[in-house]
Amino acid sequence: MTAATDHHVLLKLEDVSKVYSGTVAVKRANFEVRKGAVNVLVGENGAGKSTLMKIIAGVEQPTLGRILLEGEEVSFSSSGDAVNRGIGMVFQELNLFGNLSVAENIFATREITNRFRKIDSREQERRAAEFLERLQAGIRPDMLVEDLRIGQQQLVEIAKAVSLDARILIMDEPTSALSAAEVEILFKVIADLKARGVAIVYISHRLEELIRIGDYITVLRDGRITGQERMKNVDTQWIVRQMIGSDAKDFAKPDGHVPGEEIFRAEDICLPRVTGGLAVDHVSLSLRAGEILGIYGLMGAGRSELFDCIMGRHGHATGVIFIAGKKVRERDTTRRIRRGLALIPEDRQREGLVSILSVASNLTLASLSRFVRLFHISGAKEIQAVTQMVRELAIKVAGPAQEVSSLSGGNQQKVVIGKALLTGPKVLLMDEPSRGIDVGAKADVFRTMRKLSRDGLGILFATSDLDEVMALSDRIAVMSNGKLTGMFDRAEATEASLVAASALGHGPVPHMESHAHD
Amino acid sequence: MTDIPAKASVASTSNGSVLLTLMKARTFIALIAVLIFFSIAAPNFLSAANLILMSKHVALNAFLAMGMTFVIITGGIDLSVGSIVGLCGMVAGYLVLNGIDLQVGYTIYFNVFEIALITLAVGILIGAVNGLLITRLNVAPFIATLGVLYVARGLALLSSDGRTFPNLVGKPDLGTTGFGFLGAGRLLGLPVSIWILVVVAVGAAYLAKYTPLGRHIFAVGGNERAARISGVRVNMVKMFVYMFSGFCAAVVGLIISSELMASHPATGESFELNAIAAAVLGGTSMSGGRGTIGGTIVGAFVIGILSDGLVMMGVSSFWQMVIKGLVIIVAVVVDQAQRRLQSRVTLMQMAKAG
Repeated sequence: MTAATDHHVLLKLEDVSKVYSGTVAVKRANFEVRKGAVNVLVGENGAGKSTLMKIIAGVEQPTLGRILLEGEEVSFSSSGDAVNRGIGMVFQELNLFGNLSVAENIFATREITNRFRKIDSREQERRAAEFLERLQAGIRPDMLVEDLRIGQQQLVEIAKAVSLDARILIMDEPTSALSAAEVEILFKVIADLKARGVAIVYISHRLEELIRIGDYITVLRDGRITGQERMKNVDTQWIVRQMIGSDAKDFAKPDGHVPGEEIFRAEDICLPRVTGGLAVDHVSLSLRAGEILGIYGLMGAGRSELFDCIMGRHGHATGVIFIAGKKVRERDTTRRIRRGLALIPEDRQREGLVSILSVASNLTLASLSRFVRLFHISGAKEIQAVTQMVRELAIKVAGPAQEVSSLSGGNQQKVVIGKALLTGPKVLLMDEPSRGIDVGAKADVFRTMRKLSRDGLGILFATSDLDEVMALSDRIAVMSNGKLTGMFDRAEATEASLVAASALGHGPVPHMESHAHD
Repeated sequence: MTDIPAKASVASTSNGSVLLTLMKARTFIALIAVLIFFSIAAPNFLSAANLILMSKHVALNAFLAMGMTFVIITGGIDLSVGSIVGLCGMVAGYLVLNGIDLQVGYTIYFNVFEIALITLAVGILIGAVNGLLITRLNVAPFIATLGVLYVARGLALLSSDGRTFPNLVGKPDLGTTGFGFLGAGRLLGLPVSIWILVVVAVGAAYLAKYTPLGRHIFAVGGNERAARISGVRVNMVKMFVYMFSGFCAAVVGLIISSELMASHPATGESFELNAIAAAVLGGTSMSGGRGTIGGTIVGAFVIGILSDGLVMMGVSSFWQMVIKGLVIIVAVVVDQAQRRLQSRVTLMQMAKAG
């Protein structure tokens, strides 16, 4: 550790480990948070950044190790404890109550009350308006949170954390849903907080952001801290080296096979948003057999919603899809699966797995009809298919009867993929297939994608990871604000052009944009 | 379904797993315990006549509890079964006594077999109403079936103006005799209702374990969204479980009317609570996804034997209620303890494995 110590260390983690069922998320981490500085934390998906931050914010308790706040050992049994000690956090997954107003969200659990313990809504809204004003978000404090765009919700989350008047403010990917203009405003707010002596912990994937605003940087890889430095001493190369380590990311090289005929086409897919406007805005695209089409975009760009429309999960979506040139008239998921579509959803726990069932039952859930004679499930046939899939995808399980919830994230993801493959799909929709899984499993997943495309499947895969989309795709589509804003061949795609396309439609002036959505 | 992982973890024996095995068999252990207790404490308890009589009592609750088990596994609840029992009893009684008046001077009388089919159809139909309210109109299962509970009970009372249909012997010249067979008849020495229970229970257990529909019932209860994305027709599955529950209630309505040779519109009040109790006692999780038909049957027997045995011992019915309540609470507490222990054992195994 060569960092100069001109900023006072406010909080220190010593040898902290966190074990979940099935995975060690953080291994003996030492981490320092410095006052009046932006302490950047960086690492790949699943490296353990969010877990580390949840430990600091009292949401999770460390399995081992100590937390020192200004030299004094503390333990937080809840996030309330941490808030009382002056630690606030902007969560990556939005922790807001959609059914409450913006002001009510900002003051949740510390409501402003009058003498009779009645909530003083007017005062809350007035104070909330002050915080929102600093963020220039064009959000009224009396609006319901569920009526806001996802980027605006993120700003509310930030306003809430800022309003805590915290000594330490943790921001977990605060910019993932923000437009470029909104990011600028956020950076101004951060600079302001810094000047007031607040210690900021900033997590992001976007290296250019980190280098711009960071003072100290800490790199995590596979739950271990691999580097800690002053930001001015490091460059992008150094960060990437610490993140990836010597074993470079294994993306499985393209094998040079040539895609075949068109296997899938979507025309003019639209999905209205409840709050008005379109979540998917006239998207058309086509996919060839054996082709991997990456869909890049920020959080909330409409990628998952597009997949949902293709799978027939929204009755009110419009547009037509074709499989192998034939129009798909079926509008429900069940029959679309039979036509050869399969989705690997983004949220494994909520949409991918039935966690209380066994690995075998999960694998065959979508394809039971294959093993049925009359109405009887043939156990032998089912087990045979399960065993084969477990072997093909290298799923690490004790046996097919093991409960799926006891597997590690990577193996759970493989189960979800196996379930989709057992339906015999022609077109595979993969939504963030590498999210939250370890490096080895990631490489397996990418290899599987290559192999499937070689076998002639068309693969649509959505990701917000630039490296991934660049390395794996034959072509790259970019979505922003529900629209398709770019379509590139791999040869002509550059990171800059993808990023530019992914920011299109996020208006330069946030006020203007919020009007458009009212 | 849920006992597949059980076998896997039992195979690797350790201290935790012995306790775990005991906890998993808790309903069975409870059944043996009450049997032993009452055979000592209540004279004549183990006589063949008494055992058969008790089985007939238990069978009624067991039918309802089986239907309830499927509903609860999908994450729902069916409060209307007691009322369906009453209404179906009245339908059967009305048809035996009055037939259907066509308003043109003719009245159609059905034979007993046809009456049974019509009554079952009524039960299934009310179940379908529950299902439609829940799947199409998005009414919460608790509310939908609570509404149907009142409606069905009201219709049962309206059908006779609150009176009992007595003396369902039927008339030989109309071909409506023989209604008593279901309740009083015997085959190979066992009551007909027991045979029906065996058939329905085996069918339901088979359905749960070896058919896609059964697998889908568990999947819907375990994670409805994931099931939907996997192509499970969630609404059809839910329709089925409520219709099956209605069917089971209709069977009970028929049997009770047949046993009494009379239909009373208040029959079946609070039966739904006994059915829920039996399902929970048998290891069905109220949050959905877990449960077995076998467990539910054992649960129904524990509750039934407990109440009959206490009656034979002369314990006051007030104390019986207290005891029944305590048994249910203990069962659920043990269930929670088992979950926690189970996950600890799994974690330990994983830690050892790597």
